[in-house]
Amino acid sequence: MAYLKQLARILFITLLGEALHYFIPLPVPAGIYGLLLMLLALSTGAICLSAVRETGKFLVEIMPVMFIPAAVGLINTWDVLKGIWLPVLVIIAVTTALTMGVSGRAAQRVIRMSGRKEDP
Amino acid sequence: MSGFLAEAGWFWPVVSLAAYFLGMWLAGRFHWAIFNPLLIAIGITIGAVVLSGSSYEQYQASAQSLSSLLTPATVCLAIPLYEKLACLKKNLKAVLAGILAGVLTSLVSILALSALFGLDHQQYVTLLPKSVTTAIGIGISQELGGLVSVTAAVIAVTGVLGNVTGAGLCRLLRIRDPVAQGVALGTSAHVIGTARAMEMDELAGAVSSLSIAVAGVLTVLCATVFSTFL
Repeated sequence: MAYLKQLARILFITLLGEALHYFIPLPVPAGIYGLLLMLLALSTGAICLSAVRETGKFLVEIMPVMFIPAAVGLINTWDVLKGIWLPVLVIIAVTTALTMGVSGRAAQRVIRMSGRKEDP
Repeated sequence: MSGFLAEAGWFWPVVSLAAYFLGMWLAGRFHWAIFNPLLIAIGITIGAVVLSGSSYEQYQASAQSLSSLLTPATVCLAIPLYEKLACLKKNLKAVLAGILAGVLTSLVSILALSALFGLDHQQYVTLLPKSVTTAIGIGISQELGGLVSVTAAVIAVTGVLGNVTGAGLCRLLRIRDPVAQGVALGTSAHVIGTARAMEMDELAGAVSSLSIAVAGVLTVLCATVFSTFL
């Protein structure tokens, strides 16, 4: 019963997220609303961590596999991409690496700056 | 045979899983970035779909049992996030600064390269939301008049690329702090990057989960402005 109850709580929050996505006219996906709702529920104690933990960890662990179908969708867009795939690929590779580098270095710099202030 | 493939709901998820495990085995034997389990699973699955003569629609009908778990799994990213909340609060300024810097870098560099390669407006706005999570990115693309199905594919490729190169790139750029690693992976490669961050370090995974949401919202706000530049 433990897993069933955990799954029920997770799916209930997911459903609330879908409701918010439906009623609020913003391009924010149901999963992100649900993530924030789950965080809120855990922080306020409405849901206790142990009441969702194992099933939640299971879903997070198997998550990478869930992206395979979306990536296989590449097959379907080949007609559009045929003429421009090389520049598109270069743009994806360069901008992703740049974004990763700049965001990571910026965060690390701020952490080290504030760390130095705290322990002189 | 093709009748069975069309009928069996779990055929493609099992093929994908088998390919994923083959990828893990290869990754364990050869330490090359190209032998990434996700990348290999995608390659093999695409090859298998094409060779079997199945249409993409047939594939999708079966693979849906996997992808439909994505929304509840995204919701569950709140659990590691909650477990690391205290540490996150301490570093909130750094996390937000990193995400903002990343979102602006992404948009500016896409603008610059699109102009360089002479892409038209529609191609440019199709690429613009490439670093945010699929559902947000599709919304942005639709809003700006992009090609939604291409945006979805580009987002997937971005995520896989971030997943494959993330650990190596962080090492190369000496991004050693787990909080900064989480910001880097989540901001540049959304949920698929987060899956890798989660493997690198639990704190990095938690920060990465938060970065998806924040970067997504910031991109919604900024992309409209950027769409007028080309």
